[in-house]
Amino acid sequence: MVDLLIIGAGPGGYVAAIRAAQLGMTVTLVEKRKTLGGTCLNVGCIPSKALLDSSEHYHQAASKFSVHGISVKELGIDFKQMMARKQDVVNSTVSGIDYLMNKHGITVMHGSATIVGPNQVCVDTQTLEAKRILIATGSEPTPLPSVPFDGKRILSSTEALSLPKIPKTMIVIGGGVIGVELASVYARLGTEVTIVEYASGLISAMDVDLGRALQKSLKKLGIQIHTRTEVTGCSVTKTNATLTAKKNNADVDFKAEVVLVAVGRRAYTESLGVSELGIALDARGRIPVTAAYQTTVPSIYAIGDVISGEPWGHKAYMLAHQASEEAVICVEMMAGQQPHLDYNCIPGVVYTWPEVAAVGKTEAELTAANVPYRSGKFPFKASGRARAAEESDGFIKVLSHAETDEVLGIHMIGPRVADLIHSAVTAMEYRASAEDIARLCAPHPTFSEALKEASLDATEHRPIHI
Amino acid sequence: MTVDIVVPAAGESVTEADIASWYKADGDYVALDDALLELETDKASMDINAPAAGILRVTIEDGTVSVGDVIGHIEPSDQAPVPAQQAAEPPPAESPTATPSATQPGGHPSPAAAKLLRERAIDANAVTGTGRNGRIIKSDVPSAASVPVAESTTEAPTEAPVEQPAPRNAGERVVRRERLSRLRKTIATRLIDAQQSAALLTTFNEVDMVAVMALRSEYKDAFKEKYDVGLGFMSFFTKAVCDALQQFPLINAQFEPDAIVYHDYCDIGIAVSTPKGLVVPVVRNAQALSFNEIESAILGYAKRGRDGKLTPDDMAGGTFTITNGGVFGSLVSTPIVNRPQSAILGMHNIVKRPVVVDDEIVIRPMMYIALTYDHRLIDGKDAVQFLVRIKALIESPTRLLLGV
Repeated sequence: MVDLLIIGAGPGGYVAAIRAAQLGMTVTLVEKRKTLGGTCLNVGCIPSKALLDSSEHYHQAASKFSVHGISVKELGIDFKQMMARKQDVVNSTVSGIDYLMNKHGITVMHGSATIVGPNQVCVDTQTLEAKRILIATGSEPTPLPSVPFDGKRILSSTEALSLPKIPKTMIVIGGGVIGVELASVYARLGTEVTIVEYASGLISAMDVDLGRALQKSLKKLGIQIHTRTEVTGCSVTKTNATLTAKKNNADVDFKAEVVLVAVGRRAYTESLGVSELGIALDARGRIPVTAAYQTTVPSIYAIGDVISGEPWGHKAYMLAHQASEEAVICVEMMAGQQPHLDYNCIPGVVYTWPEVAAVGKTEAELTAANVPYRSGKFPFKASGRARAAEESDGFIKVLSHAETDEVLGIHMIGPRVADLIHSAVTAMEYRASAEDIARLCAPHPTFSEALKEASLDATEHRPIHI
Repeated sequence: MTVDIVVPAAGESVTEADIASWYKADGDYVALDDALLELETDKASMDINAPAAGILRVTIEDGTVSVGDVIGHIEPSDQAPVPAQQAAEPPPAESPTATPSATQPGGHPSPAAAKLLRERAIDANAVTGTGRNGRIIKSDVPSAASVPVAESTTEAPTEAPVEQPAPRNAGERVVRRERLSRLRKTIATRLIDAQQSAALLTTFNEVDMVAVMALRSEYKDAFKEKYDVGLGFMSFFTKAVCDALQQFPLINAQFEPDAIVYHDYCDIGIAVSTPKGLVVPVVRNAQALSFNEIESAILGYAKRGRDGKLTPDDMAGGTFTITNGGVFGSLVSTPIVNRPQSAILGMHNIVKRPVVVDDEIVIRPMMYIALTYDHRLIDGKDAVQFLVRIKALIESPTRLLLGV
C-alpha cells in the first residue's frame, strides 16, 4: 500500500507527487495520457506560449522591424517548422517531468483510473491500494451546445494548437484568456480573426481598464471584436462554418474557415467513480473539498481545476500555478504541516502582446465592497525603457486603501508584465503599502520602474516621470 | 509612519505585565531612548524606553498587558513641536479589509512566518516582529531555524483520518485542554531544540556521601552562625564541578558551527523549581567563590524565585548547569543540557546502599550522579573522567581544599 496515489499528472498532480516524495511518502502517479504534464504542458500553457512567441517574432519582423531601421526581404512563414518547434518544446518539457518523477522515486502508471473504494484505485485492470488518494484530474474545454466541436471546423483550444495550416479566416467564440491568446497567434500570422464575446468586454474577469486597453491592442493587430454578442447556432460546410448570432437584438452572421470555441473549461471527472463513493459533485460537476482539500471521504483529496470550495474562500480560477500551490499545501497538510494559500494573492496572466497581468482586487470589486481606495497609474509611454524597446503600449495601475495605503490590487498591461507581476504578489503577501513599493529602488531603465511610479501615484499622487 | 511601543518579552516565564506608571504623558515630545513607563512583571520591574523620537501617543494607560501588546506609539519627529500645533491624529484603522501593518499588534507575519506560527500554535501577538514596521519575519518565530517541521520524516506522520466510533457512555471521562503558558512553550521549544540540535549522551557514576555528610554535621552549626546561611551539599558539588571544569575545559565550552568557545570562568546555572515552573539562575564566577558565598547566592536565588522576583539577567548566560532531582526523590535520571551549554550534571537522592569497601560489605549513603553532554564536542573519555573527578572530590572533600 503506497502512502499517496495521485490521479492526473498535470501541474497539480506532478507537483503533489514531488512534494509528497520530498516529505518521505511513497507515491504512485497515474496518468491517462501517454505523456506527463497534463493540459498545461501538452495542450495548454506551454504549446500556446511556444506559438505566441513564434508568431510574435514574425509579427515583429513583418511590421515593427522597419522602424528600427531593419529591412527584411522575402519574409515568410514555415508553418510546419513553427508547429514542429512547438512540439519539440512540448516534448522536452514533458520528458523533463519524467526525469523529475524518476529523480524522486515516484512510480508512474499510464492508464485510466477509477476510484473503487476509500483506499482502492483501479487502473485499467489492476487494483492499487493507497493510504490516501489525491484527485488532480483537471479540466477540459467546455463545449457550446449550439456550436458542437467537430475537430475540423469547430475547434477546441487543443486542435487550434495543432492546425495543419494557417487558416485564412477564424472566428473565436469567447474573449477570455484562451480566446485572446489564440486569436493573437493567428492574427499575427495573417489570419483574419473575429472575436465574438457575450460579455461587454474582453477578459471580463479582470479589471475593466485592462480589457479596454487589450481591446485597443488587438484591434491594432487587425482583430475584429464583437462584444455583447450571443452565438445562437452554426452551420458547417466542407470549407467553412457560418455562425448565427444576436447583437443588439439584431441577427448577425459570421463566416470563417474555422471556429475556435473558447468559452471556458469544466471539471473533468469522467469514469473517476467519485459519485459511486458518495462524493456528490456540485452543480458545475466539480468536487467540493474542505480547506484541507479533503472530500467527504476522509482519505480522498482533490486539488486544481476539478475542485470547488467557495464556502471557505476557494477561487476557481483554473490556473496551472494555482493547482501547483494547492498541491503543495494539500500534501504538506497531509504531513501535519499548516501552510496557507491566500487566494487573493494568486496572479492572473494573459500572454498577448502587450501582456496582461493582475493580482488582488479590481476597482469594481472594491467599489462593490465599499472599500475606500486610491488609484495610481503609470503609462509605459512615459517609460524610457519602453520607448527604447518601441513597446510603449499599456500601463500599470496600483490600487491602495485610501486610509491605510495598503496595496489592494495591481493591474498591468504592457511589455513583460507577466514577469513583473510577481513583485506585486510579493508586496501583497507582505501587505505592503503603496508607499512601501514606491520606496523600493527600481533599476533604471527597466519596465519595473513603472510599478514604482504607479505606486508613487497611488500613495500621494507624486510620480516622478509624469 | 508611527513607531509602536510594544510590551517586550522580559524572560522565559513572563507572559504579562502591569503598567506601573507612565513617566511621560500622551502628547509629550520624547527623545530616542527616553524612559517612557515602568512595567512590572511577576519577576521584575523594568523601564520601557522610547523606540524613536517624536510625539508620544498612549493607547493603554494602565492595567495588565501581554507581551507583544501595543500600548502606544510614537509619531516620529525630530523636534519638539510648538505647543499650538494641532495634533494630527491618524485616522482610526477600522476597515476589516486593510488594517495597516504598523498598528497591528504583533505585526503582519510573512508567509513563511505565518506557517510556522500556525504550526507551533503561537499567537502572532506574542511575537515581536523585527521586519519593517514591526512585520514578523521567519526568524522572529521562536526557534524557527532549529525545528524543521516534519521535513525529515520518512513516513507521513499523520495517518489518514479514520471515522472514530462515538465513545460509549463511560461515566465521567473528562478531557481538559488548557492553553500553554508562555513559560511552558519556551521550555518546550528549548528542550526540543537541545534534543534535535545536539548529540546528547548521558554517563553515570555513584558517589559515597559519607565524608561530606560527616563534614557537614560537624561544622554546620558553626557555619550557620558565622555566615548566616546553611551548609548544604550544593556548595560542595558546585566547588567540585568548578574544579573538574577547569581540568576538562571542553565541558565548560560551547559548540558553534565553526568554532569552540571556551570559558576560563565557571558560571554555574542552578536549576530551581518555582511555583510557575523550572528556572535556572546563574551563580557567576563560582570558581572564585567560597562555600558560604555559593550557599548565599543559591539561597538568594531560591528566595527570589519563590517570590517571583528573579530577573531575566539572573538567568542569562551560564556555562554549565547543575540540576538536583534528588530533592524530589529521583534515584537516577538523564537531564537535558541547557543550550547553548554543552553539559549538565544531575544530582540525585542519597540512599543507604550496601557497598563494598575494603572487601567488606558496608552500608553507605550513596548518590548516583549523571552527566548529559553534547557528544559533538565532548568525547566519552572526558565526560567519564569528569564524573570520576567529581566523585573523587566529594568522597575526599579535603582535596577541594588542597586542589589535588
